[in-house]
Amino acid sequence: MTSRPARTRRAAVAALVGALGLLAACTPGSENAAAPPPTDRAVQTDIASLGPVTLTVWDQEVRGGQNEQMERLNAAFQQQYPNVTIKRDSRSFDDLATTLRLALSGNDAPDVVQANNGRADMGAFVAAGELLPLEPWSRAYGWDQRYPDSVRQYVSYTPDGKVFGEGEMYGLPQVGEVVGIYYNPAELQRLGIAVPTTWEEFEAALAAVKAGGATPLALGNVESWPALHVFGTVQDQLVPADQITDLAFGRAGASWTTPENTQAAQRVADWARAGYFNEGVNGIDDNQAWQAFSRGEAVFLIGGSWYAADLEAAMGQNVRFMPPPPPAGRPVSATGGTGLPFAITSASDAPDAAAAYLDFITSSDAMRVLTETGNLPVVDTAAQTPPAGLSQDVFAAFAAVADDGQLLPYLDYATPTMGDTMGAALQDLLSGAQPPEAVLSTVEADYAAFVNR
Amino acid sequence: MADTLLAGPTTTAPARRGHLGPSPWHALAYVAPALVVYAAFVLYPLGRAVHLSLFDWDGLTLATFVGLDNYLDVVTDGDLRAAFGHALVLIVFFALLPTAIGLVLATLLTRARVRGLPFFRTVVFLPQVIAMVVVGVAWRQLYAPDGSVNDLLGIVGLGGVARAWLGDPTFALPAVGVIGTWVQTGLVTVLLMAGISRIPDQLYEAARLDGAGPVREFFAITLPSVRAELAVALTLTVIAALKTFDLIYITTGGGPGNRTSVPSYEVYNRAFRLGEVGSAAAVGVTLTVIIFAINLAVARIGERR
Repeated sequence: MTSRPARTRRAAVAALVGALGLLAACTPGSENAAAPPPTDRAVQTDIASLGPVTLTVWDQEVRGGQNEQMERLNAAFQQQYPNVTIKRDSRSFDDLATTLRLALSGNDAPDVVQANNGRADMGAFVAAGELLPLEPWSRAYGWDQRYPDSVRQYVSYTPDGKVFGEGEMYGLPQVGEVVGIYYNPAELQRLGIAVPTTWEEFEAALAAVKAGGATPLALGNVESWPALHVFGTVQDQLVPADQITDLAFGRAGASWTTPENTQAAQRVADWARAGYFNEGVNGIDDNQAWQAFSRGEAVFLIGGSWYAADLEAAMGQNVRFMPPPPPAGRPVSATGGTGLPFAITSASDAPDAAAAYLDFITSSDAMRVLTETGNLPVVDTAAQTPPAGLSQDVFAAFAAVADDGQLLPYLDYATPTMGDTMGAALQDLLSGAQPPEAVLSTVEADYAAFVNR
Repeated sequence: MADTLLAGPTTTAPARRGHLGPSPWHALAYVAPALVVYAAFVLYPLGRAVHLSLFDWDGLTLATFVGLDNYLDVVTDGDLRAAFGHALVLIVFFALLPTAIGLVLATLLTRARVRGLPFFRTVVFLPQVIAMVVVGVAWRQLYAPDGSVNDLLGIVGLGGVARAWLGDPTFALPAVGVIGTWVQTGLVTVLLMAGISRIPDQLYEAARLDGAGPVREFFAITLPSVRAELAVALTLTVIAALKTFDLIYITTGGGPGNRTSVPSYEVYNRAFRLGEVGSAAAVGVTLTVIIFAINLAVARIGERR
């Protein structure tokens, strides 16, 4: 039907259009490349004098109590500053992570965003100059007094984004997180096992539960990140804390292929081989796992404080939480840190109002609201009176680890690709497809490539 | 003007076109609106993807030009090569198996004069109608350690092979593939039924007079007659196999390890989660070329035979 000349013509036009498209596009990223934002600037804390301001806020506080605290704090803020309108855009953790990159480099970037602490997110944004260093406002509002060093390191980068854990603050977290051990006291009692107080007792309890015909640990690892918390918890008990901190912050000088780390990986593999986890850990998802635990199908669940609200709703009084019991003679150590910190974008046209907002949602009044809505405030934790039950356990555990023990960073913070690399490697470790040494050298390759570049 | 449009499809068109529209720009005016849309939404993004694939870019900071390094990675990086390998395995499950099953089903359903034919046709086609995300969620439940698949195996005395299918290093990829077979079989069956019902009954009558049984009938008449439909079915299902993203995203996320990662999932993972935009673009472009080549081959074979 189409004659040959017509077809060639069409191809020629197509090629022409394609070539034009190529020519029109310059080096990717050049439109965002700018000098890093200045760390020193005049700060205006009198927000009422700013005139009408609209703050666009992207957060991921979508679930029950999280959403409630956000709504209450936003309403209170707008009541205090009637000239500020908050436009809230709330999306799930995964959605936020995948869209923030594009949003920040776009023309219509939000003013305040919740950015994950690690290098894949906050680190990359700092390096690209997309976030404002908070130093000037920190001085004005006294944030350096509000947050202890142990928390500040989680939101600090050097302005080039290269060093994590030092430098300037780039975000303020609201909530604390600690990975510990949930247990089912009724099941323990039925099996005649005492609540373990040391790591040795904990491992003995796992064996005893298994021997009693029950499943010791619930784990659902389709998403591959849940295993990071199990491995981290074991590692925290066996590997010196400063080594873990170096590895997790992606600093030079540490290694994954040490005898201690190998021992930790071996321990997790042993647990899997001994049948301490439920069947098919890599085939069920995180939700299925905590729901199985809540139905009494497993005695322990290693997981973060973020499960507490859901577990308490499902199990009532029949669930308790403790920080991982340390080996004899060691301080209590647990993986944990902060919830996603709130940061100010360099594209914001009202950074002073944004800073006032950050101050407002992390003040001691805000911490009280967080407690009332079932969240774990990152500061002033001891000053809160949490509702009795599981909440009290979680508050006590966080205080014990943060104040008297070692709160160790999440392992996927280390490099932009670590979550992916380690998640896949640990799936192989759990299924027995790879021995501990091979798993650790995969992880070491990712770490070394990043640290040495 | 309207004349040329109407006259276009008739045999006299070439002569009249020479007479009415001496300038090639004349014809261009007709295609221009479509071309503009096509260029804006297909050609420009395609060109941009090719452009991006030549850079090492995290999506935020200034990119570095690396030439064909990202394409070299596609060939040398074990994980990426594996992803393309998995896509080839999925072709077996998404295209070849459904075609084989579809041929048998379509023959049975048309030739055997089944009662309630529309009902069966609907049942077979149903998976096509359901969104892939829903399919993925449903099958994830079926494949769970305490899901129906394992229950069924237990009932027929095969409890020993029960496992967490999507978490098993050996069986995760075939398990995902079976979902694809389930989805695509309906499409192939309905396509082939249309083809078979077009075959004149006299052919079969003649075959039967010559003493052909049902099997002989199938190979001598049915199969050669649905060549065109087979080519269409293969084209559609092979594309579906290579493009698989939602199913992997919902069921396994590429795991366990990287044993079910496929190129289109890698594109998403690299661009939006790992911040390796250049690499993602290179994978995408490579995948496009492969899909194009395979379909060209299928179309050629379908025409020639």
